[in-house]
Amino acid sequence: MRVFLAGLSIVAGLATAAVAIPAKADPAPDIGNWQSVLDQARGQTVYWHAWGGEPRINDYIAWAGAQVQERYGINVVQVKLSDTADAVAKVLSEKTAGVDDGGAVDMIWLNGENFAAMKRNDLLFGPWAEQTPNFAYVDVEGKPTVINDFTIPTMGLEAPWGMAQVSFYYDTARLDSVPRSAQELLEWLVKHPGRFTYPQPPNYMGSTFLKQILTELVENPKVLQQPANQADAEKVLAPLWGYLEDLQPLLWRNGQAYPQNGASLRTMMADNEIDIAFSFSSGEVSSAIEAMELPDTVRSYVFDNGTLGNTNFVAIPYNASAKAGAVVLADFLMSPEAQLRKQDPQYWGADTVLAMDKLPADMQKAFADLDLGIASLSPSERGTVLPEPHPSWMELVETEWQKRYGVAQ
Amino acid sequence: MLRFFPAFTLILMIGPVCAGLIGTMLPAFGYLPALGGDGISIDPWRDLLRQPGLAISVRLSLVNGLVATLISFSLVMLFCAAWQGTRIFAVMQRLLSPILSVPHAAAAFGLAFLIAPSGWIVRAVAPFAGWDRPPDIVTLHDPMGIALIAGLVAKEIPFLLLMTLAALPQADADRTRQVVLTFGYGRVVGWLKAVLPRIYPQIRLPVLAVLAYSTSVVDVAMILGPTTPAPLAVRILGWLSDPDLSHRFLASAGAMLQLILVLMAIVIWRGGEKLAGFWGRVWAEGGMRGRRDGTLRRFAAGAAILSAGAVFLGLASLMVWSFAGYWSFPEFLPRSFSLRLWMREYDMLGAILWTTLVIAVLSVMVAIALVLGCLENETRRFQKPGQGAMLLIYLPLLMPQISFMFGLQVFFTGIGLERTLISVAIVHLIFVLPYVFLSLADPFRALDPRYGQTALCLGASPARVFWRVRLPLLTRAVLTACAVGLAVSVGQYLPTLLIGAGRFATVTTEAVALASGGDRRMIGIYGLLQMILPFAGFALALLIPAVVFRQRRGMADHNRV
Repeated sequence: MRVFLAGLSIVAGLATAAVAIPAKADPAPDIGNWQSVLDQARGQTVYWHAWGGEPRINDYIAWAGAQVQERYGINVVQVKLSDTADAVAKVLSEKTAGVDDGGAVDMIWLNGENFAAMKRNDLLFGPWAEQTPNFAYVDVEGKPTVINDFTIPTMGLEAPWGMAQVSFYYDTARLDSVPRSAQELLEWLVKHPGRFTYPQPPNYMGSTFLKQILTELVENPKVLQQPANQADAEKVLAPLWGYLEDLQPLLWRNGQAYPQNGASLRTMMADNEIDIAFSFSSGEVSSAIEAMELPDTVRSYVFDNGTLGNTNFVAIPYNASAKAGAVVLADFLMSPEAQLRKQDPQYWGADTVLAMDKLPADMQKAFADLDLGIASLSPSERGTVLPEPHPSWMELVETEWQKRYGVAQ
Repeated sequence: MLRFFPAFTLILMIGPVCAGLIGTMLPAFGYLPALGGDGISIDPWRDLLRQPGLAISVRLSLVNGLVATLISFSLVMLFCAAWQGTRIFAVMQRLLSPILSVPHAAAAFGLAFLIAPSGWIVRAVAPFAGWDRPPDIVTLHDPMGIALIAGLVAKEIPFLLLMTLAALPQADADRTRQVVLTFGYGRVVGWLKAVLPRIYPQIRLPVLAVLAYSTSVVDVAMILGPTTPAPLAVRILGWLSDPDLSHRFLASAGAMLQLILVLMAIVIWRGGEKLAGFWGRVWAEGGMRGRRDGTLRRFAAGAAILSAGAVFLGLASLMVWSFAGYWSFPEFLPRSFSLRLWMREYDMLGAILWTTLVIAVLSVMVAIALVLGCLENETRRFQKPGQGAMLLIYLPLLMPQISFMFGLQVFFTGIGLERTLISVAIVHLIFVLPYVFLSLADPFRALDPRYGQTALCLGASPARVFWRVRLPLLTRAVLTACAVGLAVSVGQYLPTLLIGAGRFATVTTEAVALASGGDRRMIGIYGLLQMILPFAGFALALLIPAVVFRQRRGMADHNRV
């Protein structure tokens, strides 16, 4: 009995005598004075909450962590998430508990709706991103999405990390020709019913497909850049619903079931369940071939009139414990060296946010010399990058889709 | 000292559990200041009721939960009735036990790869049928949720069987069976009429736990269940992870609805019990002997083998995937094999297994001490805990975990215990303790009180009676409860991630993160890695009584089935 009691009293004691760990206040770094930021960052541990579903990306993050450890004495720990929303929820719960300092999350990899939500609810630290040294290399002019995250101005609250553009892929061993527009896709499906599908909205990739179709079919694409309440939404969306009316019965399983996410599309390609899939990065397809998830006969392509593109970012929560460390890490991630490695499909294969003409000559050459991988699209093959619609359109589309097709029974 | 155990347990549980409940309830009524919800309103409920297909989601959760539980329970009882005390029974027991250590998600993935139109079964047939692409038919994610029910049944049968095994000795099943056999009853009918009524009260709690789990399951439902629309729990997860944070109000209302659903399922089940009890009595008094039960017995064995076989084949597929090179339809085996992915995980494996084990052992030890203390106290004072206390202990099993977590996070952050090993162990304890309690409570209460009374008459102190008489007699039940608790702890994803704030990487946090990438190879590797610790736990629970009591036939009998 005594053993049990001893063990119990330890636990009970710890639980009740738990005086609040004093939250270590981390003063906001003075971004204008970079040396002071570096000084403040030294010795800090940055808990970087990032989606952890891809071993190659995890390896890249580990590499970046080792680099900033060596150069700036910052310890980086990746908290591997299955869903970025978990990190947002964490910050939200801390705000609810009144922990406005010394929070658990130092940096989040995010974009689009997650950013919009955190910004709207004042959960972010900043502005900081545009004052960091390496931001000077960022292609603000050529890639407007690096400061407009799904049309929302970033205002320096997050630093661009990578570019993404919708690309389709297919197995050249199975298909000779592929549809290159929304209309052609529909015609192709009439001949090959059941050989295409999209992840179930509101999954990110599924919604992206709907937005791609919408952008292509809408009469005046400019209205999509404004909030939906400023337009006759019903009229704007009518072509999309007309299109889906024809498309849905031709989908895989007649639209009775949907894959969960973009990764499931990859598996379904390998399983020969579908003939055409899509992703947010053609480099990802090359990586998947290397990882033996897809056959080496798979190739990427884009629609003739362009595909949606956006940028993903890193942001720092308003109550982060290691803000200076996170800023330095984010700056390193934007450095030509880190971006070069990131674009190399051997390590990751994601597109850079930097402007080539702003880089030193040797770095320009290094980027030009990269072997992008067999299923990756070179910048010239990528065609037009279409801007993401304002998030309010996505919400409208998702809600209406759920009503029309989310209940198939 | 002993009398404080129930109070200790409640103190440890009450804060986190109430915080979890309140953290769900307030937003369900519009209160969440961090998101600008300052007042009380019923808008979240209106919003919830407006969700398309809500009625179907509710029906799916309720019906699937009840059907899956009914099927697993019936099969386990039928199998025990048909084969208890035979060699086949012993073999099946050994076969089914390892399945307990298979994480639900891994079992579901394995099953999915078996029955998918592009899965192993179709691949085995494809060359003969001349298929070069999978048939476009719905097997997974079917709108009725049949695949989901099958997955739940395959995984719950071993759990219920193990719980039944732990209860059989207290019910004196062997001798009862012999007596009814001499009265001329068939095996099955005799067991159902004479042993089942004594077993059932002992396994009622585990059965209700299975019911609650099946009604609110998320991971298995995402892998196997319907998607248009999905069962309620899956949709709640979707709303909670929606980037639009205002969906949290709707999600909280959904979570309250889920809690009501689980309670409804339990009420319906209890109603069914009453009916079954009434008809069962009439049936038993009818005196029907049911001697020709050969077909029934073969059916029972077949069903048990099928369910175990499905899980094992699924596991085998995970194993093959974890070594697979490129593997496409309709190839029955991969074109090439590779150790690459195993090698890359190997380095960090030691550290994460160790973290997992430390957290699990801490929480299980505290849980078993508390539960034994409470039960011993109850035995000495002839005082059962109140309904309220029991509800408190079981509440974490009845609530959708993800909505529960929000309040828990606020609680642990608020008391400044977040991110520490202690807080992670405590939050595990909240989910481990109910399982340990329901595994152990019934066998403990059913232990023949005369053993203790005899020892007391011979002059032993109550403490000595506990340590030298009751505990040894319950060795197997205690170890089983520990193993169940260990498995529960190892399987915790959200509590470890959120309360530990990512400071504690366990085999499950790694597994779930990597599984989100969708590569079956990673799912295979981590599915198998997740099994290691629980498997060791269940193996020890079987081995230790056998070794300790190898020289004591009576004890071995008591701890064996």
